[in-house]
Amino acid sequence: MSDLLVVSDLRVTFGGRPNGRAGGRTKSWARRGRTGLVAVDGVSLRVAPEETLAVVGESGSGKTTVARCVVGLQRPDSGSVTFEGRPLGPVGRRPPELQRAVQMVFQDPRSSLNPRMTVAELIGEAWRTHPAAAPAGDRPAALRRVLADVGLDGDVAARRAGDLSGGQCQRVSIARALAVGPRLLVCDEAVSALDVSVQAQILRLLVDLRSSHRLALLFITHDLGVVHQIADRVAVMRGGALVEEGPAGQVLGAPRHEYTRTLLDAALDLGAEA
Amino acid sequence: MSGAAVLPRRAAAARRWHRGVPARVPYVVIALYALMAVLGPLVIDYDPVHTPLQDRLLAPGARIASGEIAWLGTDALGRDILAQIVYGARTSLTIGLATVLVASLVGVTIGVVSGYARGRLDAVLARIIDILQAFPAILLAIVIAGVFARSVPVVVLALSVTAWISFARVTRGVALSLRERAWVDAARVMGVPVRSIMVRHVLPFTVGPVVALATLEFALVVLAEAGLSFLGIGLPSTAVSWGQTIANGQQYLETAWWISTLPGIALSLLIINIGILGDQLTARYGQRRGRI
Repeated sequence: MSDLLVVSDLRVTFGGRPNGRAGGRTKSWARRGRTGLVAVDGVSLRVAPEETLAVVGESGSGKTTVARCVVGLQRPDSGSVTFEGRPLGPVGRRPPELQRAVQMVFQDPRSSLNPRMTVAELIGEAWRTHPAAAPAGDRPAALRRVLADVGLDGDVAARRAGDLSGGQCQRVSIARALAVGPRLLVCDEAVSALDVSVQAQILRLLVDLRSSHRLALLFITHDLGVVHQIADRVAVMRGGALVEEGPAGQVLGAPRHEYTRTLLDAALDLGAEA
Repeated sequence: MSGAAVLPRRAAAARRWHRGVPARVPYVVIALYALMAVLGPLVIDYDPVHTPLQDRLLAPGARIASGEIAWLGTDALGRDILAQIVYGARTSLTIGLATVLVASLVGVTIGVVSGYARGRLDAVLARIIDILQAFPAILLAIVIAGVFARSVPVVVLALSVTAWISFARVTRGVALSLRERAWVDAARVMGVPVRSIMVRHVLPFTVGPVVALATLEFALVVLAEAGLSFLGIGLPSTAVSWGQTIANGQQYLETAWWISTLPGIALSLLIINIGILGDQLTARYGQRRGRI
């Protein structure tokens, strides 16, 4: 089976680059020291079509940086990201069909929607940017269809992010990503900011959409508790490197690496308390 | 617990005060000036080159040769001070608005581009801003206004040359922080062109601070224009300007105080009220920025 997404030997260092620019988002820990901080240190990943790969790890393990490299918001120092064998560069330099193919859902549902724009305007912007993905006929009807796909009423279209709940905002984010017909959806902690009941709804929605839209998912999370509900395979990251990778059942059921066991124990403890 | 209870009450009190009468004073005063600038010249006739010397240096309230009353007195050439204040208001407001418009267009554009682009372009633009800021603004305006013939566009240009800098600094700061917002990242991942991101996802959020800054700059510009005209390098002498009137009266300060004093009061009153309005807007939008 040929892979959809191949990440090979990815390296990202924050700060201390020769021209003194820290690319992309600099986290607070990224400014430490003059030599720069190695956020991602030789990570290689593969995602097959319609497969879900969960990348788990604690804060600062570099998982978000991997996601930002895949969508092209962060330029890696070395290593490569390819999609069906075609290189994925910075997002602005990608050909339109590759921009459409890889979409992202962000952690903070509210701030990933421009507060001054209505839902209709946000999704309309996606279609205006990618006319090839825009519906041929009736726009309002197509908009209702896209919103219905993520379980939202049509009357949400006229509202802005401030008038929506966190779960609704995340559904709009997903709808916007789906509007351009992606093949790979990168979910960066997409359910972490939501409360538990909404989390379950959004996870179920993602599982449904994965089969109905034939999506591959790169699911970034720190929460091992949600991984078993969605992942086909799991990759565990620590300190910018992969420590373990394999089928979800195997990694979660019979972890080989000590760190994975620690993570699992921590998740189980929390589960027992709750 | 008690802090949570006190804070809304204090905020409500602040809101009440803001809604109250004192907060409306600047709006009323500025509206009166605008009304004077627009309608005044329709009611009062004034010709700066008509100099009835028999009426020279009359005190406020005196009767002039034609039988009318000069409510605010006349100057050394017999010209009516009230008319000069009314016509001067039109000049000041026009130049203030034109300069703020030019300066904010240039400043906001440069600020947004610089803050959004970051990197080398931003470094260059930020250094240019720093260097221009090291120049005394009025000195630069004097040089430019002094080089060219006296006219309204030259004054607007001379004042805009330094006024855009504060707009650029403020919008650059806002753009720098907005660029980190997830909705900007979302638009980038979507492949939205850079120019559209700046116009749709960054620019609208600079409006609050820019409007607040525009009022403060407006006050400075009106003052600077009066200064240039006072020095005789601002507007042509056929134009009426508070600065010129004040300058004309300076040698009569002891004998005919009203020539310089009354336009001076008109100028100060406008500047103070615009300043208060600007402070109110800054406070309001400063609060709003935290909530977005």
